[in-house]
Amino acid sequence: MPKDKLANVITTYITILDSFSVNFPNTFDREIENVKMASVLVRFSYLTKNQLGLLAPLANSAQVCCYSTPPGTPPPQTKTKFGPLCDEDRIFTNLYGRHDWRLKGALKRGDWYKTKEILCKGADWIINEIKVSGLRGRGGAGFPSGMKWSFMNKPSDGRPKYLVVNADEGEPGTCKDREIMRHDPHKLVEGCLIAGKAMGAKAAYIYIRGEFYNEASNMQIAIAEAYQAGLLGKNACNSGYDFDVFMHRGAGAYICGEETALIESIEGKQGKPRLKPPFPADVGVFGCPTTVTNVETVAVAPSICRRGGAWFASFGRTRNSGTKLFNISGHVNTPCTVEEEMSIPLKELIELHAGGVTGGWDNLLAVIPGGSSTPLIPKSVCDDVLMDFDGLVAAQTSLGTAAVIVMNKQTDVVKAIARLIMFYKHESCGQCTPCREGISWMNKIIYRFVDGNARPDEIDMLWELSKQIEGHTICALGDGAAWPVQGLIRHFRPELEDRMKKFHEQQKGQHAARN
Amino acid sequence: MLRITAQKSLAGAKVSPKHLFPIFSRSSTDVAKKPEKIEVFIDDKPVLVEPGTTVLQAAALVGVEIPRFCYHERLAVAGNCRMCLVEVEKSPKPVAACAMPVMKGWRIKTDSEMTRKAREGVMEFLLVNHPLDCPICDQGGECDLQDQSMAFGSDRSRFTDIDFSGKRAVEDKDIGPLIKTIMTRCIHCTRCIRFASEVAGIDDLGTTGRGSDMQVGTYVEKFFLSELSGNVIDLCPVGALTSKPYSFTARPWETRKTDSIDVLDAVGSNIVVCTRTGDVLRILPRINEDINEEWLSDKSRFAYDGLKRQRLVTPMLRDACGELKPVDWEAALLGVGKVLKAAGGNITAVAGGLADAEALVALKDLVNKLGSEAVCIENSFPLDGSGTDLRSSYLLNNKIAPAEEADLVLLIGTNPRLEAPLLNSRIRKGYVHNETEIAVIGPKIDLRYDYIHLGEDPSIIRQIENGQHAFVKKLKSAKKPLVILGSDTLSRSDGAAILSSVQSLSRGLQDEMCDPEWKVLNILHKVANQVAALDIGYTPDLSKICESSPKVLYLLGADDCGITRADLPDGCFIVYQGHHGDQGASIADAVLPGIAYTEKQATYVNTEGRAQQTLVAVTPPGLAREDWKIIRALSEIVGAKLPYDSLEEIRYRLEEVAPHLTRYGCAEAANYFCEALELGKKTNAPIDTSPLDVKQKTLEDFYMTDVISRASPTMAKCVAAVQKQNLSKY
Repeated sequence: MPKDKLANVITTYITILDSFSVNFPNTFDREIENVKMASVLVRFSYLTKNQLGLLAPLANSAQVCCYSTPPGTPPPQTKTKFGPLCDEDRIFTNLYGRHDWRLKGALKRGDWYKTKEILCKGADWIINEIKVSGLRGRGGAGFPSGMKWSFMNKPSDGRPKYLVVNADEGEPGTCKDREIMRHDPHKLVEGCLIAGKAMGAKAAYIYIRGEFYNEASNMQIAIAEAYQAGLLGKNACNSGYDFDVFMHRGAGAYICGEETALIESIEGKQGKPRLKPPFPADVGVFGCPTTVTNVETVAVAPSICRRGGAWFASFGRTRNSGTKLFNISGHVNTPCTVEEEMSIPLKELIELHAGGVTGGWDNLLAVIPGGSSTPLIPKSVCDDVLMDFDGLVAAQTSLGTAAVIVMNKQTDVVKAIARLIMFYKHESCGQCTPCREGISWMNKIIYRFVDGNARPDEIDMLWELSKQIEGHTICALGDGAAWPVQGLIRHFRPELEDRMKKFHEQQKGQHAARN
Repeated sequence: MLRITAQKSLAGAKVSPKHLFPIFSRSSTDVAKKPEKIEVFIDDKPVLVEPGTTVLQAAALVGVEIPRFCYHERLAVAGNCRMCLVEVEKSPKPVAACAMPVMKGWRIKTDSEMTRKAREGVMEFLLVNHPLDCPICDQGGECDLQDQSMAFGSDRSRFTDIDFSGKRAVEDKDIGPLIKTIMTRCIHCTRCIRFASEVAGIDDLGTTGRGSDMQVGTYVEKFFLSELSGNVIDLCPVGALTSKPYSFTARPWETRKTDSIDVLDAVGSNIVVCTRTGDVLRILPRINEDINEEWLSDKSRFAYDGLKRQRLVTPMLRDACGELKPVDWEAALLGVGKVLKAAGGNITAVAGGLADAEALVALKDLVNKLGSEAVCIENSFPLDGSGTDLRSSYLLNNKIAPAEEADLVLLIGTNPRLEAPLLNSRIRKGYVHNETEIAVIGPKIDLRYDYIHLGEDPSIIRQIENGQHAFVKKLKSAKKPLVILGSDTLSRSDGAAILSSVQSLSRGLQDEMCDPEWKVLNILHKVANQVAALDIGYTPDLSKICESSPKVLYLLGADDCGITRADLPDGCFIVYQGHHGDQGASIADAVLPGIAYTEKQATYVNTEGRAQQTLVAVTPPGLAREDWKIIRALSEIVGAKLPYDSLEEIRYRLEEVAPHLTRYGCAEAANYFCEALELGKKTNAPIDTSPLDVKQKTLEDFYMTDVISRASPTMAKCVAAVQKQNLSKY
């Protein structure tokens, strides 16, 4: 495990915890019920790397020799080849908007089918199915959804609970949620109801990115249709459960996609992330327990409940199960959003769905595999990396939102990363020092790197600056800005040094010519 | 308006505002059952702390100070400067010590490699866009950024971009006549914003813009006008907010600092007077948890330039043409002495609010020796019933600090925001953190918190007393009710009736209190030494002066009594002793120049009955002399020599009169509440129907209330600023 990857560490913790639940089922379940989410999370993050290294093999062997698995364990994966996904296994059957997105069309595609039955099976059943499915949050961090939802099921203290759906999809390269919202909004509305039921939430707030005008409009129509059909509101789907869905449009700040900033924004304040703890599961929107989840996570929940968690878990490697929307953009012949099986090899994903890299696979320079905040990987890594959480962590990057940005050899990779840093500089909320000051400084430096107007030792300085930002900020935006730079330096240092050499030679030449 | 939600979200559900309260305030508040303590290790030193304690507070317990910029113990936690990052063993990344509650068994390393690197990194980022104009910065020498960059920063700069793009610059804002802004220096700690919205209750400050374009300001062109605005100067860890009147005046190491007491309101805030070569350069608050915490009102902080203007620097006598002519002390004392002797005991003395206890007792002794009992204070006060014989009828009995613990405050005919800003900040603190309810009988005023306005009619008090008013239910259910009666109300003609009514109302509540220390009945004064004067035996019957047709009227700093020549019989000789040429001096026949509070060691008793003393910070101007010494000198001339020659001796005398006057720092509690009530009941006077009123209604009325602040150009500018702001559309 690389020492410098915070995300890796966290993901691995979660992995270990999964194994723990196998190993010590009773204690763990009880803990989850009794202990507030905050402390659980603190517990995750304070295992040392060393301990993890020791525990991981133990846990794995325990899994093998355990005869009776506790409820909520995904079945072990036996497949060795992943993808392509066959059509009958697709969840998002109107991803391309070829069919009617309204209620009538949605009903035809199987949405809202026996929703009442699902609701009547109760919160525990839903959460168990989600746990069995092995679904991990689709917003980037990849936290196990079943566990996250179960944090809400502690005894009520009188405050209502809320589900907040994060539809503020603003990460450059990512365009999966908008497809769901404009072409299959009922999947999300139904998902809200089911996820809400699982958490005992009173209402769901869908915080939608302000720029998504048409998506917001389709969503609103879908919500209205659901209300009119009695699927939402009082006694939703005749299940005896009251549930409301509200939509809130953002005003165009990327940072509002951070869960606590999003909560602040819903509350009508400046979208600035809050300090954690307290976590939203304790104090969220309007001071009430809240779970913030990604659109895709919520939208796949009804299908999981209908077709069973085991079905969902049959896709992808263990701990990376399910299907996933991949967005392939950049230098490919047919950029697209496609639902694919997790753990599909990157190369196959690009060649099969995006028509291959412009100029052929050998013309590939690098790929940003999970949206702009993940470190890029060069072609050598792309050749055989698997598109799932663990596979990309092993490649010192992250699955993120699975937005694959392909760059072929005509790309000025330094400029591309510089542009991303400019984005992060522009979107930094300015609340905490390392992010506010550090990113604008990195931005200045990296734009000089584009020209080569710098000294080679400044590369190390930039690396250090990115380390000074990473892990020192209130939210993950600082990390997201530091990682692309780190990826660039990790894989393209010779390119940077070359440019500097050329620039200085050119300067020297000009200087000599002038004299 | 901010109220608890921010606290809740910052502190978490587990730590509700009420549990958080002990952290913010005095330890006496946590009477509730204590949860079990947990053990943590700071640099391997074990320490037991309450659950919910932050890493920073735990470290402070073992004497380890973690550097910080945005954290301030009296403000909400922001956690945005990231200077307090420390390593916690087994944590992959450093945690923000100011915000992170400790968990059992944590091993916190405040000086590890990771911690030091994190600090160095943050320090570097803070300095990247800081102008580093320390040589011309007023904060120099008392700048947190300076100090902490020396202690925790890197020893070399690697800001290579200075050769290419330079630093960020931010436009300065005009936020009023008191606070100078150099916003380029701002490090965005948001202390000023949090102070404004949490303590001052003014939501005018905030941030605009994002990322490196973020600015602290008012968004629209607007003054930051609050009676507590000056505190943001102290709070600002850098030189972004500095004092406008003090700008470019002195360096902190050049000034001499004298601990003293503020006398411009009845709170008795503790101050530090910074002087250089006989000049008061500025006044800063001094921490006193029982009185002003670490805040100071703007009048107390900025009115010091009034000490240099309009001063009486030489004795004066009115000559034959009716003009005041400077004379020497001998002539002045002889002149006044002659008149005093001739008066044959027909003398009346009136003491103003700024007169110190020593002068008060000396003057009373002198007048008594000359055969008169007519010593009174400027403000009238009911004399019926127990009058001023029982201290409980004129003290803020429950003290200032516990006001924040009250769950219900009833304000009657008072505007604490302007009369005692720091008491108001306590009430507001309770309102924000403790969900205190506040009700007001009197004019509708802006107190910077929501209150129930019961009306202006004083008969409401009677209704509440008799249990006929709907508000009684709330009062009865309150666990810690507080009734605060303003001194403006007591000077009404029906003051006695109102006082007796309030006494009986409070008694009813007091009887049901489980905490005997909690006093429901409170009187709020407006001037510094009212309580001392009443303690010494001055009577509040100013109106009788004119009726008694005195031959000599001796004004001891009395400028606000409203007496004119026309009120007095012909031939009445008026002596004015004081430090400013104001109303009193203008009608006087003889002027004896006394000295102001920064120039003497003198005793003042604040509205809660707490004796405190000022110390000599600067020498008096010209021929001005200490007030009690003038009276002592005069006594010898009139042949009624007072038996004290030194400060110690006069303080013995003070102690004889009232022992608590020399117990400095202690607030002497009052007693005999029931007796005062019984005596009050005998008055049986009716309450008027005229609506209750307060003299100070808007911020405009706050700044110039006494001779010092009336002489202060800064205060005049403040009044002008308020007037200008009133015309602004924002």
